[in-house]
Amino acid sequence: MIGLMILLVYVAIFILSFLAVRFLVHKTTRDFTSLKTVTFGDESAVTANRWASVVSVVTIFLIWGSFTGSALVPGFLHAPGPFLGETSFTYTLQAPDGQTDDATVHVKVAGFGQESEKFEVPPGDGFAKDDAVAMNASRSATILFDRNDEVTRKDGANIVAIDGEPIGPGQDIRTPAGSFTLTDKGAISFAPPKGLQMEPIWLPPPEAVVQRMVEIADEGYRDSTLWRHLGYSLFRVIAGFLIGALLGIPLGYAMGLSAWFRGWFEPIVEFMRPVPPLALIPLVIIWFGIGETGKIILLFLASLWIMAIAARAGVSGVNISKVHAAYSLGASRWQIMRHVIIPNSLPEIFTGARVAMGVCWGTVVAAELVAASEGAGMMIMVASKFQLTDIVLMGIILIGVIGFGIDILMRKAENFLVPWKGRS
Amino acid sequence: MSGLSIENISMRFDLPNGSAVQALKDVSLNLKEGELMSVLGPSGCGKTTLLNILAGFLAPTGGRIVMNGHEVHGPGAERGMVFQQGALFEWMDVRANVSFGPRMKGQRESEWGANVDHLLDVTGLGDFKDKAIYELSGGMQQRVALARCLANDPDVILMDEPLGALDALTREKMQGLVLKLWKETGKTIILITHSVEEALLLGERLLVMAPRPGRIHKEYRLPFADMGVNADLREVKKAEGYAQTREEILGMIWDMEEEIMGRTEDAQ
Repeated sequence: MIGLMILLVYVAIFILSFLAVRFLVHKTTRDFTSLKTVTFGDESAVTANRWASVVSVVTIFLIWGSFTGSALVPGFLHAPGPFLGETSFTYTLQAPDGQTDDATVHVKVAGFGQESEKFEVPPGDGFAKDDAVAMNASRSATILFDRNDEVTRKDGANIVAIDGEPIGPGQDIRTPAGSFTLTDKGAISFAPPKGLQMEPIWLPPPEAVVQRMVEIADEGYRDSTLWRHLGYSLFRVIAGFLIGALLGIPLGYAMGLSAWFRGWFEPIVEFMRPVPPLALIPLVIIWFGIGETGKIILLFLASLWIMAIAARAGVSGVNISKVHAAYSLGASRWQIMRHVIIPNSLPEIFTGARVAMGVCWGTVVAAELVAASEGAGMMIMVASKFQLTDIVLMGIILIGVIGFGIDILMRKAENFLVPWKGRS
Repeated sequence: MSGLSIENISMRFDLPNGSAVQALKDVSLNLKEGELMSVLGPSGCGKTTLLNILAGFLAPTGGRIVMNGHEVHGPGAERGMVFQQGALFEWMDVRANVSFGPRMKGQRESEWGANVDHLLDVTGLGDFKDKAIYELSGGMQQRVALARCLANDPDVILMDEPLGALDALTREKMQGLVLKLWKETGKTIILITHSVEEALLLGERLLVMAPRPGRIHKEYRLPFADMGVNADLREVKKAEGYAQTREEILGMIWDMEEEIMGRTEDAQ
C-alpha cells in the first residue's frame, strides 16, 4: 500500500517536473542538435537532460526524507507520521449478570526509539476501572484491562464495545483512536494510527545515515575505521584485478597468436568464463580460508578470464592490413607485437578492464558478506545482524559511490590513453 | 640483376568441399626498374592474389618471384605496399606513421627526420604532421600511406586499389600525386585498380587480366603516364588514342564479365 503510494508520488513528480522544465526552461544554446528535426530514433541526438538528472536525484532524497520524517525535508512535505502523544478510549465491560460499566484507558504514545514512561491514573468509579498504558509509536499493545477491575475475565466478564462500537473476541474494529482487536482470550490489542512513515529500523532518514557515517568515520566500526574497511575492499579488488590482468592479458595474446596456446587454454577459459565468481567463494574458503589470500585469489579468478578474453578479442580485432603493412615496412615479429598488436588491442583491453573492475568490486563485497574481519561487505553484513539499517544503507551507498568512481576513473584513463577508440 | 620477375606463377585454392579454384595460372612477367604498371581486370581475375604473392603474404602453389636476383619467400622492406584503407596506425600521429619503417630499422631521428619531413611536404601533409590519423579525411589518409611507403625507400611499390575509396575529385588529385612521386623517386610501381581510366592514366604498362583461371589477357604500352607527369590529367584524357584504348579495354572487360555471367547461368 505504501509502496504503491510512493510509486504514484514518484510518477507524478516525473511527469510534473518534465512539464515544468519543458515550459519554464528555455534552451538558450542553439547547438547543432537543436536544429535537427528528426530526433526520435536518432540516438546521437539524445543526450541526458541535466535537469532530469538533478530532479531525479533530488526526488529520491525527497521521497526518502518525506517517508522517514527527515528533518531535512520541510514538515509540510512529510508523509503522515504515526500518532504521538496522549489518547484515550473507553471500553464497555459486561459482567456475567448482564450489568455493564464503561472505563477509560489513557494511552501515552512515545516516538520511535524513545522511552515510554509508565504513569498512573485515578481508577474512577464503577466495577470497571480506568487504566494507564505507555507504548511506542507504530507498535501495538496488548492491554490487560481487567487487572484492576472488580469483575475480571476469570469471573466471566467480557468486553462488548469499544468507544461505543460493539466488538467480540477475535473481531477487530477501527475508531479515530486507532485499531482494536479482541484476542481470543478477550484482552484488547490496541494500535494507534501508524501513519505512512517508515520506522527507522526499516528505513532511517537520510540525516541519520549521514550522522552514522560521520560517527563511523570518526570512531570506526568493529575495531577498524571506516577508511580501513573501505581500504581493505579496494586493496583486494586492485590486487586481484592487477594479478588477473597481469596473467590474463598475456594469456589472451598467446591465445590470439598461437594455435597451440589457443587449443590448450580454450577449453579452460570457455569453461571458467560462465562460472560466476560468487560460485567459487565456498571452494576458495575451503582451500584458502577467509583471509586475504583467498579473497585475492577469488578476485584474480574473477578478472583473469575477462582480461584473457578481452586481450584475445583485441588481437583478433587487428585489421590484417595493418599487420601486412608493418611487415612490408620491415618490422620484425616483436616490433609488430609492440607497435601494432598491443596498441591495437588497447581499446578492447580497456573495455575488458572496466567490466573486470565492476565484477571484482561486486565479488569482493559478496565475499566479505560471507566471511571477513574487515571490508565494506563485512560492515553491512554485521550491521544487518543487529538490524542497524543505517549502517547497512551507509555501506550500500559507499559501495555504489566507490564502484561508480572506479568506472569514471577507468573511462577517463581510457579517453586519455586510447583516444582513437571507435574512430578508425 | 635488378628488377622484378614473375615466373610461371600459379595459385590454386583448395576449398573445404573438395573443389578447387585456380586463381592464377602460369602468370609470367618482367618489370624493369622504374616501370609503372597498372593491372586491370574483372572481379575474380586474381589481381589481388597476384599482389599478395608479390608482397610475400601468400606463397604461390607454382612458379616463383625473383626480386633483385633473390627468390621471394615472405614480406620484405624492399617491396612496399599501399593498401586501399585501414592500414594506418591510429595510435601514432602522421609523422610517426610515415617514419615507421626507418624507426623499425633502428634509425635515429637525425637519420630519417629530413627525409620524412620532405616526403610530408611533397605529399601535402606538412601542416598535418602532428595530427592524429582519425582527424584526417580519406584522401589525406592515403597521402600518409603513400608517404609511409616511400619513407621506407622500397625498390618496388605495390598498390592495391589505393584510390578506390576516394571521391572522384580527390581521386584525380591523388592520381597526379602518384605520377609526380613516380617521376621524382623513380620507383617501380605496380598498381591494381578497378577503374579503366585510372589504369590508362597511371600505367606506362597496362596489364589486362582475365578470370577463371586468372591469367594475363593482354598487355599495353601506353604514353599517357609520361604525358601526365607534367600536364593536367584532364588534358591527357583528350590525347590521341586515349578514348579509343579506353573503349577497347572496356569492351574487353565487358565481354569477360558477360562470359562469366553466361557460364554461371549455364551451371545453374
